[in-house]
Amino acid sequence: MNTEILGVLLMYLLTVALAIPLGRYVGKVFEGDKTWLDRLFNPIDRVFFKLSGIDAKKEMNWKQHLVALLTINLVWFLLSMFVLMNMSWLPLNPDANPSMSADLAFNTSVSFVSNTNLQHYSGETGLSYLGQMILMLWQFISAATGIAICAVVFRAMKERTTDKLGNFYNFLVRSATRILFPLSIVVALILVFNGTPMNYEGKAQYVSMQGDTVHVSRGPAAAMVAIKQLGTNGGGYFGPNSAHPLENPNYFTNIVENLSIMLIPIAMVFALGYVLKRKKFAWMIFGVMTLGFLLLLFNAIYFEMQGNPAIAKMGISQPLGSMEGKEVRFGPAASAAWGVSTTVTSNGSVNSMHDSFTPLAGMSALLGMMINSFYGGVGVGFLNFYIFIIIAVFISGLMVGRTPEFLGKKIEAKEMKIASIIALLHPLLILAGTAISSYLYAHDPTAYAGWLNNPGNHGFSEMLYEFTSSSANNGSGFEGLGDNTPFWNIACGVVMLLARFLPIIGPVAIAGILAKKKYIPESAGTLKTDTGTFGIMVFAVIFILAALSFFPALTLGPIAEYFGLK
Amino acid sequence: MKQNMLTAIRLTIVCIVFFIGIYSLLILGAAQFAPGKGKGETVTINNRVVGWKLLGQKFTDDKYFQSRPSAVDYNAAGAGGSNKGPSNPDYLKQVQERIDSFLVHNPAVKKADIPSDLVTASGAGLDPDISPEGAKVQVSRIAAVRKIPVEKINALVEKSIEAPLAGLFGTKKVNVLQLNIELDKLK
Repeated sequence: MNTEILGVLLMYLLTVALAIPLGRYVGKVFEGDKTWLDRLFNPIDRVFFKLSGIDAKKEMNWKQHLVALLTINLVWFLLSMFVLMNMSWLPLNPDANPSMSADLAFNTSVSFVSNTNLQHYSGETGLSYLGQMILMLWQFISAATGIAICAVVFRAMKERTTDKLGNFYNFLVRSATRILFPLSIVVALILVFNGTPMNYEGKAQYVSMQGDTVHVSRGPAAAMVAIKQLGTNGGGYFGPNSAHPLENPNYFTNIVENLSIMLIPIAMVFALGYVLKRKKFAWMIFGVMTLGFLLLLFNAIYFEMQGNPAIAKMGISQPLGSMEGKEVRFGPAASAAWGVSTTVTSNGSVNSMHDSFTPLAGMSALLGMMINSFYGGVGVGFLNFYIFIIIAVFISGLMVGRTPEFLGKKIEAKEMKIASIIALLHPLLILAGTAISSYLYAHDPTAYAGWLNNPGNHGFSEMLYEFTSSSANNGSGFEGLGDNTPFWNIACGVVMLLARFLPIIGPVAIAGILAKKKYIPESAGTLKTDTGTFGIMVFAVIFILAALSFFPALTLGPIAEYFGLK
Repeated sequence: MKQNMLTAIRLTIVCIVFFIGIYSLLILGAAQFAPGKGKGETVTINNRVVGWKLLGQKFTDDKYFQSRPSAVDYNAAGAGGSNKGPSNPDYLKQVQERIDSFLVHNPAVKKADIPSDLVTASGAGLDPDISPEGAKVQVSRIAAVRKIPVEKINALVEKSIEAPLAGLFGTKKVNVLQLNIELDKLK
């Protein structure tokens, strides 16, 4: 078999093989069960709680969880604004990079606090080392926020009739110290020993063999690259992210980094199985997610390895496939696999330029973000999937004429209303945003000429991609878009903000309300949710919601471009 | 709310110390044992630094194997790709021009033998590698310019091809900087 395909296969199998035991471990961390790392982390966590004045045993109800989450996120946002707008005079700025403008700082702060990592700047010239470090902090704790709130929902799904759902700060600290921190150390060490820089010195300089003088940006990259991959953050150290040879030196590190994208999102599913003691239910969810992931993956790899038909017409050979925006050391298959992994999980790091993908491979990336729950972001990916489960339970209940029940709790009008609003929010933000920007551009193409790097359908795809990426809290881009303007900074900032916090509030509210309800034991008439049939039902709900909402926009963008290229 | 705010501020400060301070120092400490000590590995000839091991550099001279086109002209302080879409007419014109120019510089080469990586820009604009096909197709030109037998250069290219990871996973590739350093040593 082709060695490129074998490489993708190896990467995926390794990911699943590691995610299953990691899922058990994550489950134990959530439940406070004994693990082999307790000896190291019990004292560390105690220091965290003591210095912050936290009583980790104080139980909270779902509303208290949300207040705690929103408050601490506000603190992070304000601190981030301050640092980014004052980098020029703050320490750790050897390359004398400037501070950010207010709109760019707003966009960047929202972007990193919301775990999106959309970047309207380029790391080499747009940030000081202090700026990079503070963003790295958000990469840790915004990811931990997602994991922590997912733990709250797990707890709510498990408890029979209660409003006590654990302590938010406890989940937050444990997720950061016991899950993200040790994994980041391992990945960062692998990167450092493969050549990724980790230093605090300014640019280096050398004279090339042909006599050109070359400046080389460097800095504390390895530490950041590790957590950007593991926390589904995606915000790279260098402008071109993991396509940069210093950020992703070789095929081995590419496997490690791609694995790190999907590791925790997949592990969360098995953690659910551990917490609920319902392994079959976890495998059902894993099956649905994997089916969706593989469909997108095959499509992307096939079209990227085919190459660009317009270049084939010129009469040259494409032994690897489509190579614009790709690195020879990865090749089209590993680039397409990364492209799909990073979009289904709301990671958003890239190892090739998505703007230059062939049309239908680009559509795979778009669909991954539009659905946003095939594995999904750390923690929040499951919350999105939870909404689809609730809708599927409700529809199945209606189809067989029973009151819909999920894990022994009745789903009623109030929960359904919340689920519907959250399910509709994502298409609304994406399509409304794309419509407004398309209107502006079509109305006055000269005033907005700097926006689009490509004409025609592809230009439309660039705008569609930007809003999809913002709303999915993904952060990758069709980077040709000239996006560092007040319009894009503010519009995407607002979309990221709404798309981060409403889809957290909704599922937590549903889970909290359900947890308080009376428990109805399973009987012969209960709809079974851990079967293949129910899995197909959930898949159908996802497919119909995504296909119906986004198909017209996809037709105008990638699909039209595909037929235009033939 | 007020209590939450106070807790949030205190917890954030602890996180700054731990996840920026301690975490970075751990990795920085480990980097001192890595090749290049975390500062970046360079390539030297006669004690002169001529490049970075991982970074591609510009080779346009006919006597050297050429690197891939770069959207940022191999600027290692501002890397990036072209972000051109596959159907963009300006982009396709540019690729056609690269093909034409390649054929002018390599008159012995048939168009169908040019691999696409030689006429498309990489993701970061710093790609250190070309495909084996991309190296082989340049051999006749280099042999003519340097007046070295084709067989000798072919042998050098064959020797420079790096196999996929463990022989099984990924692409075959040729590091352009290493190849050109070896090429300069050929007599």
